[in-house]
Amino acid sequence: MNSSVATTHHGPASGLSRWLYTTNHKDIGTLYLWFSFVMFLTGGCMALLIRAELFQPGLQLIQPEFFNQMTTMHGLIMVFGAVMPAFVGLANWMIPMMVGAPDMALPRMNNWSFWILPFAFSMMLSTLFMEGGAPNFGWTFYAPLSTTYAPPSVTFFIFAVHMMGISSIMGAINIIATILNLRAPGMNMMKLPLFVWTWLITAFLLIAVMPVLAGVVTMMLMDIHFGTSFFNAAGGGDPVLFQHVFWFFGHPEVYIMILPAFGIVSEIIPTFARKKLFGYPSMVYATASIAFLSFIVWAHHMFTVGMPLVGEVFFMFATMLIAVPTGVKVFNWVATMFRGSLTFETPMLFALAFVVLFTIGGFSGLMLAIAPADFQYHDTYFVVAHFHYVLVPGAVFAIMAGAYYWLPKWCGNYYSETMGKVHFWCSFIGVNITFFPMHFIGLAGMPRRIPDYALQFADFNAVATVGAFIFGFSQLIFLYNVLHCIRKGRKASDEVWEGSHGLEWTLPSPAPYHSFSEAPQIK
Amino acid sequence: MSTQTYYVPEQSRWPILASTALFLMAFGAGSLINSLSADTGGATGLLMLLAGTLGMGLIMLGWFSNVINESDKGLYSPQMDRSFRWGMSWFIFSEIMFFAAFFGTLFYIRNLSVPWLGGEGEKGVSNMLWHGFTAEWPLMSTPDQQAFPGPQGVIDPWHIPLLNTILLISSSFTVTLAHKALKLGKRSRVVLWLAVTVGLGIVFLYFQAYEYAEAYNELGLTLNAGVYGATFFILTGFHGLHVTLGTLMLIIIWLRVMKGHFSTEKHFGFEAVVWYWHFVDVVWVGLFLFVYIL
Repeated sequence: MNSSVATTHHGPASGLSRWLYTTNHKDIGTLYLWFSFVMFLTGGCMALLIRAELFQPGLQLIQPEFFNQMTTMHGLIMVFGAVMPAFVGLANWMIPMMVGAPDMALPRMNNWSFWILPFAFSMMLSTLFMEGGAPNFGWTFYAPLSTTYAPPSVTFFIFAVHMMGISSIMGAINIIATILNLRAPGMNMMKLPLFVWTWLITAFLLIAVMPVLAGVVTMMLMDIHFGTSFFNAAGGGDPVLFQHVFWFFGHPEVYIMILPAFGIVSEIIPTFARKKLFGYPSMVYATASIAFLSFIVWAHHMFTVGMPLVGEVFFMFATMLIAVPTGVKVFNWVATMFRGSLTFETPMLFALAFVVLFTIGGFSGLMLAIAPADFQYHDTYFVVAHFHYVLVPGAVFAIMAGAYYWLPKWCGNYYSETMGKVHFWCSFIGVNITFFPMHFIGLAGMPRRIPDYALQFADFNAVATVGAFIFGFSQLIFLYNVLHCIRKGRKASDEVWEGSHGLEWTLPSPAPYHSFSEAPQIK
Repeated sequence: MSTQTYYVPEQSRWPILASTALFLMAFGAGSLINSLSADTGGATGLLMLLAGTLGMGLIMLGWFSNVINESDKGLYSPQMDRSFRWGMSWFIFSEIMFFAAFFGTLFYIRNLSVPWLGGEGEKGVSNMLWHGFTAEWPLMSTPDQQAFPGPQGVIDPWHIPLLNTILLISSSFTVTLAHKALKLGKRSRVVLWLAVTVGLGIVFLYFQAYEYAEAYNELGLTLNAGVYGATFFILTGFHGLHVTLGTLMLIIIWLRVMKGHFSTEKHFGFEAVVWYWHFVDVVWVGLFLFVYIL
């Protein structure tokens, strides 16, 4: 047995095989994070193309058909390629270190979960070069636009979604098994760091709803190619059924993209406030309540579709209930900072911006939840403003905050604080210039997903485009800062931050290739 | 020593190979289906699909034998065993949610969309688009009979489906008997009961195929026969695929038992297949109730 013990303790293999064959949670985390960043830039370029076209009314750069492909691919890439893999990457890196585990529970399957993604996205991006063009029906792919009127490439889109689903389910199973089974002795559930808790609940949501997404795309495939009539009233089906099944997946999905962000922010704020997190148990229960509610609010995406009144009312009030546990969270973050010794390093700046801007996104969400008012807002730029506020300064800012927060632990060096702050302020200003005016043009009636618009929307659209380019190009500062941090930079101590707490900070910086081969004892 | 620490495997080639095979399967299936719909051959797609499927089969064989070898060497601790158990449980939960999507579809169509099309309730105005359409279930005539000609008949639940219910429920018992025998170390009985279970699975599949042929040839109950056919075939079809997979898994553990694998205490591979088989059985009871009888 000595040989096996000896071999499990060596460092990484060299060359490409390290990344192709790895079973190491840190390597796989790194792969996820870089993949996500590449996808973030790809989807970002598409967003900039969209914004460039919308800089002025009229058609300048691209044709409407291609514009529709860009909005579709931008959404799909950002949701499934950028935000979700980034969170899985952070989970891979941090969860084993936070719970005192040697690695993820099922390391080979972990590798498989990652390596499916580049294949799935190659397949999805290849549709751009196919006859008839890429999918052009929006990331929500409503029937019959995505069935009867879809380009032939929709078939490849369907199989790409299947592959992403397989990857997500396996990744989520791995995370749950790690958290439930690989905690160090003494690390009971109510001692888990909040990032771990939020990921446990997120993983549950993933396993519950990714199969439903698989189901709905399968029904699309059947309708398109095998003569069924699930979403066709001529055969007794119903196109609205598509929306119900899709949003039964889709609403938990948006919490899949925000709960881990809550976790990250709940790690960062106590560190830089030098106080314990206020109300830890209520944070756990709030997260669980949000997850539960996510299953009974899906039809608030469909208020204008023609549901019976009882449906409108039920989904309206159920949706408003979400504000309660979310309010608990925001209250706890603010209370954690109250009378703390605050310092404002880059992760804290991003976390603070998260709290403020995510709350703005939450409030516009409450406005949209009011069914009678939603008839005015539905499918306008107000909706675009709302979900970009929760996803960009929400999810993406939290990912950035997490990256800056843990980079010194990963690389052993500090990033450049000056560059980090420049990156933060450019992003913060860029994001608000981009998305804040969208509230106004949305309320004034500009529909989403159009390449051209009426003249009265011109000014705010021009402003939003300028903001988008500021935000987009400032991400190159981030890229430079990360590369700089990997290669040189001030050496980081083990605890990295003065107020840091938790198992991951007891390991050396950079964290050794194998973290806890011997389980640590938790007091 | 190795039973005390959690086993973290060395680098492995299986996952990247499996990703490649999965890509071939997905891209091949996509090309094949698109060419079939456009009537342009589809040989390349078929070839990719077959290559991918064959590759995936071989990879699974290699990957699982890798795991079995490690288990035989005593590298796995009881904690590892719990990881496998969590993994399999959550996988089955994901399968339940997959079927839940189709059951949800069935309930929505039966209880809401078809009655609305027939003019009932708050959304009954949609009947104005389909004059003369009456709501009924099973849906024998669809709103547009030209595009989706409704079936002439539906499957009688009290013949083949009832028989299939008896077959599958018995197979759940026989697989439990095999499991009990394994725990007692009576290997010849394990082999026997597993063989009976596999046999019941295969007979089930034979009857299911027979029922499909009858639906297509005599009843006009096809995928194209409106939403009744659509829900009928998607639910029974995916269930049939799961029975096929379950039967293959049973055959594999049957061969492994004959090779002398599994001990009276440690046999999670065996148990995982038993769990899966019970899951397939429970789904069938749901099908029998909601698709065939009600």
